[in-house]
Amino acid sequence: MTIARVDRPRRAPSAAAGAGGADASSLRRRHRRRSRLTALAFVTPLLAYLAAFYVYPLYRNLDLSLRDYTVRSFVAGDAPFSGWHNFRTVLDDPTFGPAMRHTMVFTFVSIAFQYAIGLALAVFFNRHFRLAPTLRALFLIPWLLPLIVSASSWSWMFNSESGVVNYFLHFLGVSPVGWLTSPDWALTSVIVANIWIGIPFNLVILYSGLQNIPAELYEAAALDGASAWQQFRRITFPLLRPVSAITLLLGLVYTLKVFDLIWIMTKGGPGDASSTLATWSYQLGFGTLLPKFGPGAAVGNILILIALVFGLLYIRVQRRQEA
Amino acid sequence: MKSPSTGRRHTVIGVVLTALMLFPVYWMVNVSLTPQQDMRKDPPDLLPLHPTFEGYRAVLDDQLPYLGTSLLIGLGTVALTLVLAAPAGYSLAKLRPRGGGALGLALLIAQMVPGIVMAMGFYGIFLDLGLLNSWWGLIVADSTIAVPFGVMIFTAFMSGIPGELIAASRIDGAGTFRTFWSVVLPVSRNALVTVSLFSFLWAWSDFVFANTLDGGGDLRPITLGIYQYIGNNNQEWNAIMATAVVASVPATVLLVLAQRYVAAGVTAGAVKD
Repeated sequence: MTIARVDRPRRAPSAAAGAGGADASSLRRRHRRRSRLTALAFVTPLLAYLAAFYVYPLYRNLDLSLRDYTVRSFVAGDAPFSGWHNFRTVLDDPTFGPAMRHTMVFTFVSIAFQYAIGLALAVFFNRHFRLAPTLRALFLIPWLLPLIVSASSWSWMFNSESGVVNYFLHFLGVSPVGWLTSPDWALTSVIVANIWIGIPFNLVILYSGLQNIPAELYEAAALDGASAWQQFRRITFPLLRPVSAITLLLGLVYTLKVFDLIWIMTKGGPGDASSTLATWSYQLGFGTLLPKFGPGAAVGNILILIALVFGLLYIRVQRRQEA
Repeated sequence: MKSPSTGRRHTVIGVVLTALMLFPVYWMVNVSLTPQQDMRKDPPDLLPLHPTFEGYRAVLDDQLPYLGTSLLIGLGTVALTLVLAAPAGYSLAKLRPRGGGALGLALLIAQMVPGIVMAMGFYGIFLDLGLLNSWWGLIVADSTIAVPFGVMIFTAFMSGIPGELIAASRIDGAGTFRTFWSVVLPVSRNALVTVSLFSFLWAWSDFVFANTLDGGGDLRPITLGIYQYIGNNNQEWNAIMATAVVASVPATVLLVLAQRYVAAGVTAGAVKD
């Protein structure tokens, strides 16, 4: 799909140019031709780059998923065409069901919490108290840290024997939990870490959305005796709907492809307990001594398809808001 | 309307919330200063009462080359991204090339492609071309994260440059390239900073491409330095966390120096002003 999109610019007719008509002087036509060439010259490096480093890798990945690759034929490049065989293998694999389910749980639970917490914080920081801008800036830190940093910090915090999380639980009288080592908790642990990373993104976007709500609305509501909760329900939330939709959809697309965090914290384990489509794909292709490039690429392409569905929905919502 | 005491109460709540949010970061610093023999102490020391710098000494001994590589790759990615994205952004914003709308859509979709899929595609290509384990191959791969974003930022920003400014430069006899170089780029400073900042941070933080394409090279980035620490000597968490602290320095510095650009980058594309 991406391939078709990127190819199009060279062919699609332009509305701005080509309005000259036969009566225009040839000088003007030549001028217009030149400016069109200049416009093209400025985007040509980008087009070449996209073709070489986006379209071609994606094509290679599609090719991988449609052939029967082994390590030897991967190097030699003479793997036989196998059609949908890799996809069939992947769909029949006992890991597919759990990986799909974990992807969905991971994505939707992360998004729900990130959004709810981000919104609460955005409303809170919208109250303009002392230090608010500084504190709001500090909230960005988790989002800016390299994922390997956040992931390893959380790994150690979640350590079963010496982790600080279990220490706090012990304080509350809860017996220690094998956060990353127990199949029951591994997915929860990576979700918690991912929520932490995603809160700043939601906070910043929702906060900037709040800035666009006129203050007079709140003043009028306050005069009418509306409580803070009523103001939130009747003014903030409805007027923030467009921004919320964008935030949620963008978060969805980003969260679906989360890989680093889970890989570093659990490698998708124990067993398959926290494996998602992203980690499973990588596991198949690079995680073992005997790589299965074909099935790995097939899982990757399934992931692209899912991301595209939500991505196109995002673009539709965004376009409609701009219209 | 608001009494000073509720304002103060908000500040207190805000400080508490921020402290909670940043606890994992604090804990990383705390562990990085904890002596090895106290690492598995029960209960753990909540404050670094007996700080040790052995973790940081390990960083100096083991990780300096990795940090240098990451710096090189980060700067290379910034350069490549700017060279590709700034002219394209100008063209899309002001020169109206054929099919510009479709290109914009393609860039939006490009940002949705999962990194592992790109990594797998790049692996095959780099294997064919013998580019595996090379630092500049990693620059090319890392730039794919930033280029679509960069073009969109430049397009949005340069659309706001008044047409008169460009027309005036034209009347003075400057060609399109000269206009771009000496009029458009200087006034686009904010966009330049935002794009540079994010492309550097993303390249610096990249783990997927590094682990896939540069696992065995001589010049490996800091993310792999940490990853190998975790894999090899599971026990020396002060060294691991000290490396993590050092790897977080660029993000922190950029946040302090360029906070408004960070916020601009996060909201770009998501919310229109």
